[in-house]
Amino acid sequence: MAEKIGNSSVFFNPFSKNNPVVVQVLGICSVLAVTAKLEPAIVMGISVIAVLAFSNVIISLIRNTIPTNIRIIVQLVVVAGLVIIVDQLLKAYTYDVSKQLSVFIGLIITNCILMGRLEAFAMANKPWPSFLDGIGNGIGYTLILVIVAFFRELLGSGTLLGYQVVPQSFYEAGYVNNGLMILPPMALIVVACIIWVQRACNKELQED
Amino acid sequence: MLRKYLNRIKPNFEPGGKLHAFQSVFDGFETFLYTPNSTSKPGGTHVHDSLDSKRVMIIVVLALMPCLLFGMYNTGYQNFLGSGAETFPFWSLMAYGFLAILPRIVVTYVVGLGIEFVVAQWRKEEIQEGFLVTGILIPLICPIETPIWMLAVATAFSVIFVKEVFGGTGFNIFNVALTARAVLFFGYPSYMSGDRVFISSEPICGIGGTVNFADGISGATPLGQIANHTGGALELTNIVGEKLSTLDAFIGLIPGSFGETSTLCVLIGALILLFTGIASWRIMLSVVAGGLFMGWVANLFQTPLYPGSFLAPLDQLVYGGFAFAAVFMATDPVTAARTGVGKYIYGFLVGVIAVIIRVYNNGYPEGAMLAVLLMNAFAPLIDYCVVQANINRRMRRLKQQA
Repeated sequence: MAEKIGNSSVFFNPFSKNNPVVVQVLGICSVLAVTAKLEPAIVMGISVIAVLAFSNVIISLIRNTIPTNIRIIVQLVVVAGLVIIVDQLLKAYTYDVSKQLSVFIGLIITNCILMGRLEAFAMANKPWPSFLDGIGNGIGYTLILVIVAFFRELLGSGTLLGYQVVPQSFYEAGYVNNGLMILPPMALIVVACIIWVQRACNKELQED
Repeated sequence: MLRKYLNRIKPNFEPGGKLHAFQSVFDGFETFLYTPNSTSKPGGTHVHDSLDSKRVMIIVVLALMPCLLFGMYNTGYQNFLGSGAETFPFWSLMAYGFLAILPRIVVTYVVGLGIEFVVAQWRKEEIQEGFLVTGILIPLICPIETPIWMLAVATAFSVIFVKEVFGGTGFNIFNVALTARAVLFFGYPSYMSGDRVFISSEPICGIGGTVNFADGISGATPLGQIANHTGGALELTNIVGEKLSTLDAFIGLIPGSFGETSTLCVLIGALILLFTGIASWRIMLSVVAGGLFMGWVANLFQTPLYPGSFLAPLDQLVYGGFAFAAVFMATDPVTAARTGVGKYIYGFLVGVIAVIIRVYNNGYPEGAMLAVLLMNAFAPLIDYCVVQANINRRMRRLKQQA
């Protein structure tokens, strides 16, 4: 990155103004896949934060020794190693959630956000800003994941984090959970609504 | 009288008037009641016709009336039959059906038009009239027992996400009414299929009786029965277990979504649409051809694994929503293909896919809805290919002459 940006904006920009999901539209597949329930979404978000932050730091540390021709392979090796560590940790401590997330933890390797940050930021910056950038983008991603999962679990299952929140009296009055919310297309529509709201609030993000 | 009143209150809505903010609402009502004096500005290549889109919509609504009236009769009939009534007085059946459908029509119109009005005010545009037809289609294609709040949710969802975000009437990529039904179908599957939702089971305002599903009454639609069919000869029955013939299905005294059971009434509607030239005969013809063709193919390779393949090709047309979809859904001018050849391709594929889904996917007893929605997505591609083929042909001709 050519222009000089302060550490705080490196950290805070990805929350909203440069959010990896709703502005750069990266990592959509995992947003569709893991947000049917809130719990796996949060775990997924934390995993991505961890992998992103540490791979950013590692790549940033060795950025001057990586031959340009094979940099993608080196990046992938680093990310793959970290993803496997995370995967094993999840299997050891939160087996149920790990089963729900199934292949999507492994697929963090192919998450565009990671490659994007490694290529665009870590390859050109010192370890500390890279670390902040990784954490910031990870949180930006997690934020969207949690918002989407909140609405999908609330409207689709009537629960939050597995606890019943829609009172029983609603169901007796004829309320029914919306099965469409559980299906992946609805995640796309919820993301679209978030983008809609965000563009409406930030005029400078609007395209013609 | 009404004209005078409108003229008197009109200044209030013109720029500078105190009610200027509601100008689009006023304009909507005025042009709804009277043909506007102005057509699009002369001087272009447009054909000027007194038939504006509001008048077109009214004719489509008129064409839907036979289906609506028959749906009322049939709803009453099924309830009386299911509750074990001895006699079937015509006006009681009609009154029952009317009371059953009225709240649903009112709710879809209030929700849908409400959204249209708000959006039109917000964008400072004229109110678009597209919802006039959609609002009556939605109750017609849903089971009579669909809870009213679900209808409201589905209507709001499809009007906002399929129509308004793409720019309002004329810009929707999918058929709005069918999208509402698809939202219901995938969102609340237990309320859109099965053997209870198609029969109104409670008395309304003292008319009709209570249908007790426990004593041998099954409200499964013929297609539902086919999808659940296992072994033995395929025999379709009405709700009290009497055998159904193709003629019964043609006339429409069978359980099904409110307005689509009667192929006869759909045909009357089709005649109105074709006579006035509003719907495309190419699409209708090719949907029927596609359905017959695929029905024939399925029937040729009939297998107990897919009980739908036992149906004769002609039966595919009279059961379920196929005829209704062919006449009122596939021909929607906004979402269908627009080129002449494209219309044939589009319609044929709608027919084929409808029967494929119906026969080879036992999870979805009815495929017409999904077929039309799927082809809606492909219509622009079909048009593009047809236009490109035309361009290429003319280029070749040009080269040969040169």
